[in-house]
Amino acid sequence: MDFTNEPPKLMVLFYGVVAFLAVVGLVLFLLDKAPLRRDRWVALIFLLPAGILLSIGLIIPAIRTFILSFTAPNAADPRNDKWVGLDNYVWMFTSPEAREALLNTLLWVILVPAVSTMVGLVYSVVVDRARAESFSKSLMFMPMAISFVGAGIIWRFIYEYRPTEESQLGLLNQFVVWFGGTPQQWLLNPPWNTLFLIVVLIWIQAGFAMVVLSAAIKAIPTEITEAARLDGVTAWQMFWRVTVPSVRPALLVVFVTITIGTLKVFDIVRAMTGGQFGTSVLAYDMFNWAFVFGNQGHGTALAVFLFLLVTPIVIYQIYNLRQQREIR
Amino acid sequence: MTATPVVIAPETEAVPATAAARVRKKLTSKTATAISLTIALLWTVPTFGLFISSLRPENDIKSSGWWNFFSHPAITLENYQQVLFGTSNVNGRLASYFINSIVITIPSVLFPLLFCSLAAYALAWTNFRGRDWIYLGVFALQIVPLQMSLVPLLSFFSQGVSLGGVQILPAWDLQGPDKFIQVWFAHTCFALPLGIFLLHNFMADLPRDLIEAAKVDGAGHPKIFRSVVLPLIVPALASFAIFQFLWVWNDLLVALIFAGGNQRTAPLTVRLAEMAGTRGNEWQRLTSGAFVSIVIPLIVFLSLQRYFVRGLLAGSVKG
Repeated sequence: MDFTNEPPKLMVLFYGVVAFLAVVGLVLFLLDKAPLRRDRWVALIFLLPAGILLSIGLIIPAIRTFILSFTAPNAADPRNDKWVGLDNYVWMFTSPEAREALLNTLLWVILVPAVSTMVGLVYSVVVDRARAESFSKSLMFMPMAISFVGAGIIWRFIYEYRPTEESQLGLLNQFVVWFGGTPQQWLLNPPWNTLFLIVVLIWIQAGFAMVVLSAAIKAIPTEITEAARLDGVTAWQMFWRVTVPSVRPALLVVFVTITIGTLKVFDIVRAMTGGQFGTSVLAYDMFNWAFVFGNQGHGTALAVFLFLLVTPIVIYQIYNLRQQREIR
Repeated sequence: MTATPVVIAPETEAVPATAAARVRKKLTSKTATAISLTIALLWTVPTFGLFISSLRPENDIKSSGWWNFFSHPAITLENYQQVLFGTSNVNGRLASYFINSIVITIPSVLFPLLFCSLAAYALAWTNFRGRDWIYLGVFALQIVPLQMSLVPLLSFFSQGVSLGGVQILPAWDLQGPDKFIQVWFAHTCFALPLGIFLLHNFMADLPRDLIEAAKVDGAGHPKIFRSVVLPLIVPALASFAIFQFLWVWNDLLVALIFAGGNQRTAPLTVRLAEMAGTRGNEWQRLTSGAFVSIVIPLIVFLSLQRYFVRGLLAGSVKG
């Protein structure tokens, strides 16, 4: 393999790091030399870089995306899109391909947060009473460090299909064969294939739920659990009457966080099915329309819809956090 | 623990020293240990299978499941050799993409760290009118999905800014390895809302007396920021850095759009997703390739897990 391409990259990295150090130096210089007596001026300098970047990278683009979602490509004058009002939104809910993605997203959002949170909760209760706790937790938590693409490949390997007469490579089909069934093409047949993709995200998110909930369980005062124990509650009652109410805020945070992440799922679908066989989702469609099919109107409308879906959830979460604080 | 009533039955093991330890010991049960270990191992089987497969010779991988490794063990590093350094295009040439991932990641972690800590300090410890509104604004920006800014940001890079036909800012028009710059830029922008929010929470928790004392000693804000606040929030900086590192290294969407798809700038994730699409049955390359991309985050994660968890609990969840 030839390495002629590599030195220029490393040079760019070098310049990048030098640029970083230069910025640090400049900031330090400004801070030391400038006679900053007033808080206002200090704050201005401290906030300036972040402010500029946020405006260029998030605020202005978000507004432009919103405007673009009312336009469509203009064949006559490619530089100026034409105004089409709500057409893109009408398309989103009426065209079969967009509806399929919306329905799939709905399925993801129903299943992933609920199952991951449940698995995480049960596991954190069990592991709280187990030895080798941190070892088990590390293993359970490990998928969080793996990229969605990596996870996609890992699970494609599990779902791998070989015809009946050959020996199976995928673990799932091997189990099917061991129990006397015929191997299946798990990723080809809708709507079941979406379920098999969903399993991957649950595999990743359950570890996240477990870590947060486990910390919450550890924070339950021992007096409460001891008192309940003295009252002779069963493990089942303990779980529903003591543990679950005590960690309710954490449960909510976990659930909401996973929901938001699930709405934006993209990498798993891309790495496992490429959105084919009826597995596409909202964020994947958004990417395709905006950057592959070159219809920014459709793409941005999907992005705005995603934003609208996320907003009430986050507002609800903020509201809950507020209440928590007032109770304390 | 002098007043502990000690009633030792002859055959018990040493009594745990503290009350808490005693409670814990009473609570741990063999069943719970067995269940939790089983599930944890079950959870690891997919990754483990991938790892075992990546070490098996090509013919073995393609003809029998990885669990047969235990009855017919055969280990080779050939797959890694091929996928990293193989010259033909069917191989991954992942070494090159690996370097791209590193080049993308390092500045994308450094710049947000600096800008976020500056902004967080201003929002936590300086007084000016409208401070709370700005903080609220930054907080609210966390809900804006990346998807909202991708299309306009890309056109900002490729076409510049023009208003009413007048070009205000020129296009960046970056070619070849210079494209890294726009990836850094995008990642830095997207990291800010979370980073500022997280670091602000940590900084605001510092004791007010400490800052006041420094002020009384004649230190201005720049001095306080550098010599008092920064050293104290090193753990928070670490957890944010790990978070950002994992996010950037594992990211596919931002890289696809801003780095392009070729060997000169695309990171590992982009290449792997492409291989999964076009060479879905070449398991000897896919398994070793996937493991190449996983190994660095796994090391970082396992060695610095404590900081990562702390960050998670403080609310670092990226939008």
